[in-house]
Amino acid sequence: MRLELRINGSVRSLEVEPLKRLLDVLREDLILTGTKEGCGEGECGACAVLLDGQLVNSCLVAVCQAAGASVVTIEGLSSSALTPLQRSFVECGGAQCGICTPGMIVAGQCFLDSGAAATDEAVREAIAGNLCRCTGYTKIVESIQHAARETR
Amino acid sequence: MFDKPPTMKHADNSKSTVGHSPPRKDGPDKVTGRARYLDDLAFPGQLWGRTVRSQVPHGRIRSIEFDPRFDWSGIVRVTAADIPGDNIVQLIEDDQPMLAHDMVKHREEPIALLACADRERLEEALLHVDVKIDPLPPVLDLLLSTHVFKSYRIEAGDIKPAFADSSLRVVEGIYRVGHQEQMYIEPNAICAVPREDFGVTIYGSMQCPFYIHRGLQRLLKINDSQIAVIQVVTGGGFGGKEDYPTVLAGHAALLARKAGKPVKMIYKREEDVAATTKRHPAVLRYRTAVKPDGEFVACEIDVVMDGGAYVTLSPVVASRGVLHASGAYRWPHARIDCRVVQTHTPPNGAFRGFGVPQTLFGCEAHVEKIALELGLDPLLVRRKNALVVGDVMPTGQRLTESVSALPVLEAVAARSGYAAKREAAMEAARLPAGSARARKRRGIGLSLALHGAGFTGSGEAHLKSRAGLELTASGARVLSASTDIGQGTITVFSQLAAEALGVPLSMIEVAVNDTSRVPDSGPTVASRTTMVVGGTIARAAEAMARVLQGYVAQTHAVPAGEVCCVGGIFAARGRSLAPFESIARRYLDERGPLVCIEQYELPPGVQWDDAAYRGSAYPCYAWAATAVELEVDLDTYEIKLLDLVTASEFGKAIHPVLAEGQIEGGTVQALGYALLEEHIYVDGRLLNTRMQNYIIPTALDVPPMTTLILENPYSRGPHGAKGLGELPMDGPAPAVAAAVLSAIGKLIPDLPISPERVMKALHAA
Repeated sequence: MRLELRINGSVRSLEVEPLKRLLDVLREDLILTGTKEGCGEGECGACAVLLDGQLVNSCLVAVCQAAGASVVTIEGLSSSALTPLQRSFVECGGAQCGICTPGMIVAGQCFLDSGAAATDEAVREAIAGNLCRCTGYTKIVESIQHAARETR
Repeated sequence: MFDKPPTMKHADNSKSTVGHSPPRKDGPDKVTGRARYLDDLAFPGQLWGRTVRSQVPHGRIRSIEFDPRFDWSGIVRVTAADIPGDNIVQLIEDDQPMLAHDMVKHREEPIALLACADRERLEEALLHVDVKIDPLPPVLDLLLSTHVFKSYRIEAGDIKPAFADSSLRVVEGIYRVGHQEQMYIEPNAICAVPREDFGVTIYGSMQCPFYIHRGLQRLLKINDSQIAVIQVVTGGGFGGKEDYPTVLAGHAALLARKAGKPVKMIYKREEDVAATTKRHPAVLRYRTAVKPDGEFVACEIDVVMDGGAYVTLSPVVASRGVLHASGAYRWPHARIDCRVVQTHTPPNGAFRGFGVPQTLFGCEAHVEKIALELGLDPLLVRRKNALVVGDVMPTGQRLTESVSALPVLEAVAARSGYAAKREAAMEAARLPAGSARARKRRGIGLSLALHGAGFTGSGEAHLKSRAGLELTASGARVLSASTDIGQGTITVFSQLAAEALGVPLSMIEVAVNDTSRVPDSGPTVASRTTMVVGGTIARAAEAMARVLQGYVAQTHAVPAGEVCCVGGIFAARGRSLAPFESIARRYLDERGPLVCIEQYELPPGVQWDDAAYRGSAYPCYAWAATAVELEVDLDTYEIKLLDLVTASEFGKAIHPVLAEGQIEGGTVQALGYALLEEHIYVDGRLLNTRMQNYIIPTALDVPPMTTLILENPYSRGPHGAKGLGELPMDGPAPAVAAAVLSAIGKLIPDLPISPERVMKALHAA
């Protein structure tokens, strides 16, 4: 089927199988490979993107469900310079192997955009759907809190 | 000692970065999604590969039939008959076939391979391969196995008189640990590209490019120049990508050669969990003779590990395990046995800690048992027996420097508020059972760990690792086969090279990890990367610095001994002479390439006798203590972690933020081992192969953590650094067991300490 998506701000018209996973459309049809696949069943959050501002696992979204919607991927968060959150991840040690990092940053940005107070508990809740096997999460939580302080 | 190391206030470029935390070099690519992992790379004309696997744990293959009614056009099929060279996975023994052709020895054993450009047709084709196997009875219980892959014995003194001495208390215990899955978030992924010279280029997610480089020469009957192995950005390894990528690369290469096209193989999560290596399960028996005041006199330890179906790395896992089985303590008399046996389950292999998390759990849980039976505070028992400089280990190794068992223990005891919290836990245990407060019991527990840095025994002497750097027009390029799998190798190596050359970090680049271009600096394992390879790179950089100083002395007519480079500027007698880059360019123009490669040498006096199994098993050890405070719900049996403090001494933190990241990340993997992670096998088949049913910690499972780093430089490490990567995996599980004991008065001897096990312990007589 032909459908339109607003990807990182620009409207794209695509001819795709309606049940193709949004994750595969992003990676294969749009060559936006920053969004990763870790489990394919919505457990790890490596494929997290924003769908109309909501944090979703793109491996669990059929592309037809996203027709007409706005999708923001890791590539859409920054243009030339790093965002404060991305800079925090680099500086505070929030990224190690980096495979969970795009999803983690999308989740973290979604949290920062919500305007909620960046308490330890709130941040942990916000990234509870994103698994990281490298960092033990402490430095990811610090990265998000650091960015919250920088941007408010 | 510092609690919060100086972070991120990146010194200006003229200053040293060693001991500071410049931003990791691969950071910007990773936070923007620009970092390209194997799945993100496109290979023109590429096919996808899949594996046909055994559905029985043990049997004899009768036939492999490709359904004649299925349309096989465009599908490449490979069986063992297609292998041009040796059908083996090269590692320690040649017992494991790349593709089974006669016997199968475990579920999921690879039997045939398929490749196709269309993924849906490929999945369909898999259903049309019929493998007929005559089943044989499998051995699935490690204690019932009579096939011993390898056994070790360490003996010191004479244990017999101690166990016969009626003035001593004999304490016995049996401890059990199961499989643990590495669960890197990026599954195993390889692409093989065939070449015109009949060779192959391998791209992939891996820890050890040279394992594949060597292994595929034998498999494909090609020579050294017909293969190149290139590591791409790797999404975690933890040991799980030490040896297994050789299997996947072999499979992809066989398909690619037959197809004449690139073949990419990326495991699905379920396949990765079911088929690839895990931490060895173990049963550990401890029998000890101790004085009533808690002083250790003798230990008799017997460890059995489950190697799975093939030898893989089991002999070295068991070796490291047995060498750490007596823990960070003095034992005047010891007899320590370990054997690793075959079962008909997928082969177990490397996982951060490499045998030590198993034996350290046995040892530390047993220390708790000793304290319990003697009615002593386990902190006092540890304090009384902890190794200090001058002590001799059961292998005969005398500890001469950089020994910090007591300092890490005291740091953790003080910071965690151990004494008061333990007192409160004992107080709470005296509350009447019916009172509401008594339904949630708090406890605190400690553990003490050590971890040998580098390869065990004569390993490093055999490896003769080489690494170094080459001069470029803009600085220098590090040449090594050590992979950055997230731990920060690229950044730490750059720091060490920049420091020795006297140039800013930005002038150091790290070469692509390509076996046709970099020297073999050995595998990225065994907490060896910073100490062994980093130290070698630092020496090579010093050699390069000397050459360039000599060159500057000549070109600027100053005495060679007075030339130095600071902040990227050559100077002599306080006078600036020329920037590093201009000297580099001039040197390259006039004299040609400058490549400095050094080889690692074990420090003098570090000797190991493989036959007698005696000597210095490791040149040095890193030390860590962990304190865990938790709460046990007596109605739901849930355990909630409240607080965690670690103190680690690994010589010197070259990059404190990366070092803390290793400690925190390893600690959380160990908390998963302690509380959550358990594999269920039925008839040799793994039931929980998904992230939905094999649970690793989330951000909400992790308590607030205090990470203390103590420094006690090791004279033979770069800037005093020892190994760190595996150390944090060793201690947290027994600390959790100790805290649960403190809370409920029961020592749970098996991992993980699940609610079911808590319930069983509380309801036991």
